[in-house]
Amino acid sequence: MQPRDWPAEIHEELAAAGVKLVGYVPDAGHKRLIELCQADRKMRAVVLTTEEEGIGLAAGAWLGGEKSVLLMQSSGVGNVINAIGMMKECRIPLVSLVTMRGQQGEFNPWQVAMGQATRAVLEAMGTIVHSADSAEDIAPTVNAALRLAYNSYVSVAVLISQRVIGIKSFQEQTEK
Amino acid sequence: MKATLHRRDVVESLLSKRKDLLVIAGLGSTAWDITAAGDSPLNFPMWGAMGQAAMIGLGLALAQPKRRVLVITGDGEMLMGLGSLATIGVQQPKNLSVVVIDNGRYGETGMQATHTASGVDLAAAALACKFGYSKTITAKSEIEDLRRTLHDRPGPNFAAVKVVAEKLPLVLPPREGALLKARFRRALLGDAADSI
Repeated sequence: MQPRDWPAEIHEELAAAGVKLVGYVPDAGHKRLIELCQADRKMRAVVLTTEEEGIGLAAGAWLGGEKSVLLMQSSGVGNVINAIGMMKECRIPLVSLVTMRGQQGEFNPWQVAMGQATRAVLEAMGTIVHSADSAEDIAPTVNAALRLAYNSYVSVAVLISQRVIGIKSFQEQTEK
Repeated sequence: MKATLHRRDVVESLLSKRKDLLVIAGLGSTAWDITAAGDSPLNFPMWGAMGQAAMIGLGLALAQPKRRVLVITGDGEMLMGLGSLATIGVQQPKNLSVVVIDNGRYGETGMQATHTASGVDLAAAALACKFGYSKTITAKSEIEDLRRTLHDRPGPNFAAVKVVAEKLPLVLPPREGALLKARFRRALLGDAADSI
C-alpha cells in the first residue's frame, strides 16, 4: 500500500482555507509540505532565522487581513513562547503545525527535554493543542485547527506525532 | 560623535504628512514617540513581544503590498530580533521601511548601554542583509530626505537615527492588545475586518 501523502493533504487544507503566508524554519518532517507551499503560486513561503519570527509574521499578516500558518519542529516551540503571549493578548489567530521530536524512538537525547515539554509549555501560554497520532488523522486535525483559530481568534497548535514522521536515526534523517 | 537629534522631533517629522502610512512601533520609547506625534488607528504600538516589531512589519507589508509600512523601533528592540533583518532581506518587500531610533540605551530599564553604544552598526548590518537603502542618520538636514524615502523609495529601506539619550514624559497609547488590533484592522480593512 502507498504510504498516505499527509503533507499534500495538509497543503490542500491550507489552500482551501485561503492561507497566503507560510512561515517556516526548515525541518525534515515538514520537507515535502514546505516544497508544496513554495510551489503554490497563491502562497508565499517565508523562511525564518528562528521560529519566533513566525509569530511576528503571523501577527502582521493578520493586521493586514491575511491568514498564515507557522511550520516548525517541537524544538522551535521553545523559541516562540514569549511572543505567543502577544497573540493571546491581542486575540490574533495563530495556527502552528509542529512536527514532534523527542517522542517515540528518538535517537538524539538533546531533543527529548523540549519534545516532552512541548504540549505543557504551549498550554501554559494559552494555546489550544491538538495532536495527530496517525497519518489519516492529520488533515482533519489541521482542518479543525484552522477553523478554531480563525473563527475564534485563538492560538492553536497541531502536534504531528513522531510515530507518523518516523525518523529513527541521524543517518535516516540526512538521507530524507 | 555625540548625538544631537531629539527622538520626539525626529518621529514627529517622519510622521508628518503620513497620508495612509501603516505604522508599527516597538515596545517602550518608540511606542510613546509615535503616540506623542498623534495617536492613530493605523498605529500599532507594542507593549511586549520584544524583538518582533520588524517581523510584524514584514507580515503586514506582504499582506498589504499596495500600502507603505513603517516600523519605528528602538536599538535594544532591533538587536533582540536582528535575524529578522536577514529574513526581510530575503523577501525584499518593496513597501517596507524600518527606522531605528538609536539612543544607545535600554530606556525602560534604567538607561543601560545597548550594543550600539559600543559601536555595533545596525545600518551596516541591514546593508549586509540586502536592504537596498540603509543609512545612519545624525543631522536634522537628513530627516526630510528619510521621510520621503519611507513614502517613495522601493524597499526594503533601513535607517538608524542617532538621538540624544534622554528620559521624556510618557505619552501612552491604549494598552489593550485586542483593542489595538481591532481598531487597526477596521481602519485598514473596513467592514471586511469583521468577516475575514
